[in-house]
Amino acid sequence: MEGKSDMSNVLELLVGELASGAVEVVDLTFTLREDSPVIVLPPEFGESAPVRIERISRYDASGPSWYWNNLSFGEHTGTHFDAPVHWFTGRDLPCNTVDTIPVGRMVAPVCVIDVSAECAADPDFLLTRARVEAWEAEHGRIAAGHWVLMRSDWSKRSGLAYANLGEDGAHTPGPDAEVMQWLVEERDILGFGTETIGTDAGQGGHLVPPLPAHHFLHGAGRYGLQCLCGLDQLPPRGAVLMTAPLKIHEGSGSPLRVLALVPRAG
Amino acid sequence: MTTPFERPKRKDPLVRTELPLTPPGGRSRAAHLLTRAAARGQFALPRCRACGTVHFPVRDICPNCLSTEIAMAPAAAAGTLLSRTQAEVPALPYFRERAPWHVGLVQLADGPQVIAHLHPEVAVGAAVRMHLKLDKAGQAVLYAAPKTAEVDLMTDPKWREMVAHPLHRRVLITDARHFATPAIVKALKAAGARKIRLGVPEAWKPFREAPLYDGIEGVEILPLDLTSDRSVFDYASDYGGTTEIVINTADRVRAGQTLQPGTLLPAQEMMEHIAFGPMRLAQALAPALIGRGADGPAAAAAWVNLLSIHALAPLPGHMGWSAAHAAAHAFSQGLRAELLQGGVKLINLYSGPTEDPWFQTMIPPKVNGAALARGIVKALTEGLEELDIGPVAQELRERLDANPKAVERELGQS
Repeated sequence: MEGKSDMSNVLELLVGELASGAVEVVDLTFTLREDSPVIVLPPEFGESAPVRIERISRYDASGPSWYWNNLSFGEHTGTHFDAPVHWFTGRDLPCNTVDTIPVGRMVAPVCVIDVSAECAADPDFLLTRARVEAWEAEHGRIAAGHWVLMRSDWSKRSGLAYANLGEDGAHTPGPDAEVMQWLVEERDILGFGTETIGTDAGQGGHLVPPLPAHHFLHGAGRYGLQCLCGLDQLPPRGAVLMTAPLKIHEGSGSPLRVLALVPRAG
Repeated sequence: MTTPFERPKRKDPLVRTELPLTPPGGRSRAAHLLTRAAARGQFALPRCRACGTVHFPVRDICPNCLSTEIAMAPAAAAGTLLSRTQAEVPALPYFRERAPWHVGLVQLADGPQVIAHLHPEVAVGAAVRMHLKLDKAGQAVLYAAPKTAEVDLMTDPKWREMVAHPLHRRVLITDARHFATPAIVKALKAAGARKIRLGVPEAWKPFREAPLYDGIEGVEILPLDLTSDRSVFDYASDYGGTTEIVINTADRVRAGQTLQPGTLLPAQEMMEHIAFGPMRLAQALAPALIGRGADGPAAAAAWVNLLSIHALAPLPGHMGWSAAHAAAHAFSQGLRAELLQGGVKLINLYSGPTEDPWFQTMIPPKVNGAALARGIVKALTEGLEELDIGPVAQELRERLDANPKAVERELGQS
């Protein structure tokens, strides 16, 4: 800070900034609820368990002085993290499960690409390389090791409108195939995140390759975040994400609390 | 003498809700042969296999030939009223609250003379049509009605105590995504249901059938997911006090044999939907049903389960599903005993494979929505506890009654 190269007191400085509000902690996480939408697949495939919160006791006969619940959910429910092993392209990579991912990667800078206007106009909006390059022209090149989050404001919807299931599948925005390959190979991003159910568009199964975010991210050992909210509180760049999934043995993903450290102007 | 059963007025909030009382519940084991017939809507009486004499009540030895070979057999539901009386001040509180009671001596066409509850309009010397009914305590009783078809039995409050007619009642259909829901709604409306609430699980998924119910008076579509504590609690909090009939349509059909890989999770899910879901709803809702068992003329009346006959003998290729129905069946019998404390009936419908899309490749006959709907209304309007729907269920029931071990082997080899 203040041009000093001595980093020994950086955490002390950060704590001070947090206390003063110069750095704000922003929650990008949906509350895990029993009515949280989950990914819908053709029902002949196995289905993710929904979120269930079942009371063990609440100061009652089952536990007079204490309140606690049993929890159950699929690895891919609520605001959640996708590990490389989730997709066939990442199945043979080292450290591809949530319990083996290096913890150093769980704190990383983030670029936020605001396409909320486009998504409001077209629920099937696809993020393209050209759109990201336009963002770079304004905000600078996406550096290696960054998260890229696609701000759609989709998280402001709820229930039916959030899942937005038509008779031909979900209609939710996401990236196209070219931009995903380019972000991974040319920009070396750490991962890609969305506000929708899934890193891919609702109709992403019809792209080539199908579900390109899953295909390219996980095939290169990168990560996914989905069902994020609060992206409208993040600057285009300059914030830092904290994304620690549960340490599930050989887990393919996990609900998690996503926090952003956001510098506030002034 | 009798008046039509009009829609009851709204409750006066200054008046205490009466607690449910029931008639005496004790019966001998032998007398429960009558309970079984009444529960299934059959007019059957004990008949001596040796000499053919029909008697009443159930006896261990034939009063005519002393044979011990006595079995229930279908009997003529006909007789003549010999005499009648009116009990104005009965001793037991249940009867006293509902006095006067019309009681008479009936000469049955098959021989015995019986004491029966009477419809108020039956005259001495008149021909009667006999019914074997379950009373509020779930015990078999005889009821003599006028033989003429013009008399509406629902005009008699005592008859209304023995059935669970949907007329003027508010009904919950627990899972409106069940394929039979449109037919059930139609049948309940025709039977006079005052309100029909349709529970829609996973309200974030489209409910494409919703337009079918547009403009049908009294139909309300609500979120309800029996697999969610929160959802069930929310329903019970809002509507527990205004639900008189529950139609539990919870089902989830997935194929799979016990040793087939990948069938454990689907089996768990089926158990959650078919067995634990209704149990969860019962925990939230049944206390209110029991407490409202005497809440006016259209009090809480019934809980209906759409079960499979394969709860009793598993369907080959559907082990998890059959096990879930078996669990639901076991839960239902426990729930029945608890609901009876409030005089609320638990009705189980048993069908063979249905028109559910997950039975697509199954060879007919399959049970369609209209047949299920007819069965529901029949069971409610007649106050039954058990009803087999369709030829598959009826045939399997007969085979199970005759030799359950043979059914097990035969199903296992099919």
